[in-house]
Amino acid sequence: MSAIAEKLYRRRRFKNGVALTLASAATLFGLFWLVWILWTTLVNGVAALKPELFYQMTPPPGEDGGLANAFFGSIVMSLLAIVMGTPVGILAGTFLAEYARRSLIGEVIRFVNDILLSAPSIVLGLFVYTLVVKPMGHFSGLAGAITLALIVLPVVVRTTDEMLKLVPSQMREAALSLGVPQWKVTVQVLYRSALPGILTGVLLALARISGETAPLLFTALNNQFWSADLSGPMASVPVVVFQYAMSPYDSWHSLAWAGAFMVTVFVLCISLIARAIIARRKVAND
Amino acid sequence: MSTDHVLPAGLPPAPTDSVALRAESDRRADRFFRYLVTSAGLFVLVALAGAAASMLWGGRLAFSTFGLDFLTTTDWDAVGQKFGALVPIYGTLVTALIAMLIAVPVSFGIALFLTEVAPPWLRTPVASAIELLAGIPSIIYGMWGLFVFVPVMSATVIPFLTEHLGPLPIFGPLFQGPPLGIGMLTAGIVLAIMVIPFISSVMREVFLTVPTRLKESAYALGSTTWEVSWNVVLPYTRSAVIGGIFLGLGRALGETMAVTFVLGNAHRMTASLLMPGNSIAATIANEFSEADSEIYLSSLIALGFLLFIVTFVVLAIAKLMLMRLNRNEGHR
Repeated sequence: MSAIAEKLYRRRRFKNGVALTLASAATLFGLFWLVWILWTTLVNGVAALKPELFYQMTPPPGEDGGLANAFFGSIVMSLLAIVMGTPVGILAGTFLAEYARRSLIGEVIRFVNDILLSAPSIVLGLFVYTLVVKPMGHFSGLAGAITLALIVLPVVVRTTDEMLKLVPSQMREAALSLGVPQWKVTVQVLYRSALPGILTGVLLALARISGETAPLLFTALNNQFWSADLSGPMASVPVVVFQYAMSPYDSWHSLAWAGAFMVTVFVLCISLIARAIIARRKVAND
Repeated sequence: MSTDHVLPAGLPPAPTDSVALRAESDRRADRFFRYLVTSAGLFVLVALAGAAASMLWGGRLAFSTFGLDFLTTTDWDAVGQKFGALVPIYGTLVTALIAMLIAVPVSFGIALFLTEVAPPWLRTPVASAIELLAGIPSIIYGMWGLFVFVPVMSATVIPFLTEHLGPLPIFGPLFQGPPLGIGMLTAGIVLAIMVIPFISSVMREVFLTVPTRLKESAYALGSTTWEVSWNVVLPYTRSAVIGGIFLGLGRALGETMAVTFVLGNAHRMTASLLMPGNSIAATIANEFSEADSEIYLSSLIALGFLLFIVTFVVLAIAKLMLMRLNRNEGHR
């Protein structure tokens, strides 16, 4: 009897050991790719860095050049997207958290927003193409910015909603009982308390759009030259990286790595800042 | 918080008509603010509905010209103006399937490691590192895939697979072909790497919601860590785990850039996973700028519509599954 129990116990122990080893191996597997991808980007990117990147235009094949117009285009379109997407996102998040917290319409909007959050960005690009590019008759930086704003929107809606829900209801009650109208309570009390969280959401949205490529292919397209004209095609770092990486030219490949490296560093820095804001807030609340 | 904007105390009592006036203007402002936030909220609905409607509108020419043939034929002929979406649909499904076959067990392992196995001091840094993977832009995955991973695949992995799995009776044809490196298997693996952080972070979060008292009861009965995870944690979180898997699937189906780099853009239907293929998203990204005729453009937008519908359904299932756990949570 005890021999059988002993055998069974050993088998269970063995199975447990195998499973936990596999779990650890899976984690190493995940980290392995992370290190490999970041290392490749770092090595190739640093090798391709040069000051010309920041003041020369994207070159024709076989010539030297930089990415200045692409950086400029990316910055302009991202900022414009943030400027367009953030206010609408904050207002919609306010609606969800303050006006429709337990209502059906609130649930539906929250559901749709979560789907929008993970929907393929290429689909949003096609949407803006049929809505803006086709009626205008040509690709434009404005259309690119609108597409990116549609990606910013659900991120900001979600964080605003969540952050406002975290504000203790005593704050609302205290302000309302003093006779402050609700809009003033929202703007001057709730937003102030939820500000770091909302800011985190905006930063995460910025991190997300700065690497977006697919939707810009149909909206902003690309531009070989310096262009500040929002109604014309505009270059952006990810689209240039895509075009150059797919080309057969070595000088273009090197520029593509430089662009990829800059985008990655930017995105990771923004995510770290966003995390730091959250962490500081947690400490402050404890 | 500063309170300087709150009404100062000790004002003389205001005349009644001014109080009424003030109340009236407050009410108006409140109503205006309410309209403002409500319309912003509804805008989210309009955006999604608008996206669906605009693509259906843009793709109407393709749908009306080809009808159901659009879904069931493999011709993709820009010169002959005949378009059938079966090859990209097939490619999308196959690459997503490969990705899920790899990503689901690995993500489960990572979530298990981060909630049960790892010493507490290691959990947060490892979890943050895995989540970093989710933050890397997809174009970086694509470049890494094309310049680094494809050569590795064609030099070592694919010859190995062809030699050892190629001669097998049923699965053999999946692994036959020249070692090009680019192809559906490579794309599936890159997709798997991309969705692992999404699935594993959902799994980790829901595993953490399992009440300690349930787990400790099982441990007290003599269960091993694995038995607790498999027989207590997983059944308790089943719907949310499925939700997380579908969330990853939604990402894998719609991912564009990483796949475009390594899939090869070939409109051919092959049994072999080692041959170049195409996916819906990659077809749109590759060919949109070349679409010179109305019907070509319309076919590409119709593809986008299909992708939208499929990902919408998958993500909706994901969301419903995740909500189910939250609801159960509320009852306990």
